[in-house]
Amino acid sequence: MHHARSLARAPRVPEPARVARWAALAAGGVVALWLLVLNFGALGAVAWRAAGLSALGPADWAALRFTVVQALWSAGLSLLLAIPVARALARRRFPGRNVLITLLGAPFILPTLVAVLGLLAVFGRSGLVNQGLEALGFARFNIYGLHGVVLAHVFYNLPLATRILLQGWGAIPSERFRLAASLGFGPGAQFRQLEWPMLRELAPGAFLVIFLICLTSFSVALTLGGGPRATTVELAIYQAFRFDHDMGRAAALALMQFGLCALAAMFAWRLTLPSSLGGGLDRPVERFDRGGWGGRALDGSVIVLAALFLLTPLAMIAARGLPHVAGLPVEVWQAAGRSLIVALGATALSMAFALALAHAILALRGAGAAALEGLGLAALAASPLVIGTGLFVLMLPVVNPRDWALVVTMLVNAGMALPFALRLILPGLREVVATQGRLAASLGLHGRARLMIVTLPRLRRPLGFAAGLTAALSMGDLGVIMLFAEREGATLPMQLYRLMTAYRQDDAAGAALVLLGTSLALFWGFDRWGRGRAAA
Amino acid sequence: MRVLIFPAMAAIGLSAAQADMPVLTVLAPDYFGSSWGPGPAIKDGFEARCGCTLDYRTGDVLPRLTLEGARLQADAVIGLNTDMTLRARETGLFAPHGQDLGALELPIDWQDEVFLPFNWGYTAWVYDTTRLDEAPRNFEELRARDDITLIWQDPRSSGSGLALMLWVDQIYGEAAEELWADLSARTVTVTAGWSESYGLFTDGEADMVLSYTTSPAYHIVAEEDETKAAAIFDEGHYFMAEVAGVLAGAAEPGLAQEFMAYILSQEFQEMIAYANWSYPSALPREDWPEAMRDLPLPETALFLDEKEAEARRGAALEHWRAGMTR
Repeated sequence: MHHARSLARAPRVPEPARVARWAALAAGGVVALWLLVLNFGALGAVAWRAAGLSALGPADWAALRFTVVQALWSAGLSLLLAIPVARALARRRFPGRNVLITLLGAPFILPTLVAVLGLLAVFGRSGLVNQGLEALGFARFNIYGLHGVVLAHVFYNLPLATRILLQGWGAIPSERFRLAASLGFGPGAQFRQLEWPMLRELAPGAFLVIFLICLTSFSVALTLGGGPRATTVELAIYQAFRFDHDMGRAAALALMQFGLCALAAMFAWRLTLPSSLGGGLDRPVERFDRGGWGGRALDGSVIVLAALFLLTPLAMIAARGLPHVAGLPVEVWQAAGRSLIVALGATALSMAFALALAHAILALRGAGAAALEGLGLAALAASPLVIGTGLFVLMLPVVNPRDWALVVTMLVNAGMALPFALRLILPGLREVVATQGRLAASLGLHGRARLMIVTLPRLRRPLGFAAGLTAALSMGDLGVIMLFAEREGATLPMQLYRLMTAYRQDDAAGAALVLLGTSLALFWGFDRWGRGRAAA
Repeated sequence: MRVLIFPAMAAIGLSAAQADMPVLTVLAPDYFGSSWGPGPAIKDGFEARCGCTLDYRTGDVLPRLTLEGARLQADAVIGLNTDMTLRARETGLFAPHGQDLGALELPIDWQDEVFLPFNWGYTAWVYDTTRLDEAPRNFEELRARDDITLIWQDPRSSGSGLALMLWVDQIYGEAAEELWADLSARTVTVTAGWSESYGLFTDGEADMVLSYTTSPAYHIVAEEDETKAAAIFDEGHYFMAEVAGVLAGAAEPGLAQEFMAYILSQEFQEMIAYANWSYPSALPREDWPEAMRDLPLPETALFLDEKEAEARRGAALEHWRAGMTR
């Protein structure tokens, strides 16, 4: 980044480099504009409709307290548990490893309703765990409460944290491990010298992302929290809209959520230390850090425990849905096709957004770059209800929002997935600029040529992962479409809700499995492309 | 955009709506218009007699009414709940439905010139008879039964949850907080919507779920499962109705009125019970479909009209919150 900046400011900058810089800034600017509309324009529109913000009551502050406490626990625990899991996965090679890594990512992309039912089939009152405990003569275990909320959020976010850290481990050049091995580093020294700096760079960002995801949790928190004690800010927003019909309070609460987001982002940046080791030669990763039998047993049990925790609920969803897939009504398959189109469109948009924004961030200095990066993250703290309502209000005077339901859904999903995509792509791009920037500049590679020859091939892994995440998240998203969509425009999650509303629990279970399968297939396909031939 | 993506579907839609055939546009909740909701049967029935096309415009009805206001391109609305009628009325978008209310067969007196009920129901605790031998017969028995677990919906996010809150408020008034505190101990969890609750109940997560007295009919008719029952409380049940209305800005006011008349017709009334799993609004009980007629029916209806409900909501929610978080 420093090289790019000094190059741009040097008196004799080659013309193509300047053009490339301006192109990056322009593209980034367009994306930033959309994000501003999405996050703050929509909020502003809601506040405007309400003719101002309303004051918050004591219950709102209680909701804020609970929201922050559960999000801190959830993010902290997800990250803490992800470290041994990611480390174990990075160090071991075994048959089925790639499939396992894909499957372990699945909880993160499940629609909340499906995830909750799967999780409770394992940890609920009549779930597997309690059946086991009862059979062994132990007392039942009660999932509902703050610990249940945290458990659900860890179930959701451990996969994300694991994958972010796994990328970190994969990004440590193999030469360094070889060097460490030849210098006779023990596990402790190796952790301090190689792995800890990587964690210092990635962990704060991962913590922030998960903290923000948990901040906007609503249905999961309420259901696993066991009732109104588990009221989050997002539920308070919902209540303001639906129960109190007070859009001003909804806007005030949404603003508070953004404030929290900004605060958390500031903390995360203060904690982030950029890693400062040199680049490698892109050699296939060959591990010199596998340790002896003890390490192998430890890693093995960590992987097995994580797999049990993350995969059993998925297996329950699959077992419940499988007998009903064949008999699913044709509307479910049509909706699946529609969701697929939305997901692919959102993915293409989101990747373009993320690349443009990341290039613009690197082309800018200090405060400007930080502001852009913050904007890229802001969507995490945005309330889907506020965004949906706000966009609706903004569009009404201009076009008929219903005619644009699928496009809006694509654009919104792209914006909502951008925080993840940016988080994944930005460090990679920084690394490319730091390690290959001088060489590329000296070879006169700029603009499109540099993007195609130098940047994209090196970003393939984070791009593939980010695309997989976006596609899968978009597939399962219910968010804004509920307000916009017409009958014929239903997405798969909408059909799932309709089936449940019509008492059709069996069909709903089948549809949930279709949703899970499609999301996973999308995720796997993109991720697989990203990992290419390299053993991740 | 849909036209771009699904040209074939759009083409079919166009050919069905012939150029000179008038179109009645009806705003309805999303579930209502779906293939598994009552919408398709109503559409078929009405189109057979009106010489027109009935198009549903679906979505969140109340937000759509308040946000779109006079720009709303629809002739009628169907599927509003009794807990939304006040807000809907306040938009000023509605015209009188013009129907004689004498045909209604409701447990409460209904004199509303704007909103016409098409079906109704009672909230109730539904249970599985294979898991629960003897159901409580009122809230006092329920609060005393520490062997029973409950799942229900949050009054802040769900219409049925709101009905439960007003139900308890009607019976207990200022003493509601105590009851909520006791029920809190029986409560497994409270969910945002009805679907989550009912899904968890059928998965065996609790003994009783807050649903409707008509819920068992679905299991009997569609699944031939007679193990689900609603606990009938002797102190009465909270009444809920779903209503329809005519929009003042209707492009087809005549058709909209005709649609209101169709709602009260024998055909509509006989079909709605199984199409929407609730009681028909203008049919005496002896004419209800068999499974619905044979279900036990509460003797007393508790109901707050929209103004009374509005006046009680704030206080009732405070009792609820205080009792549940004690």
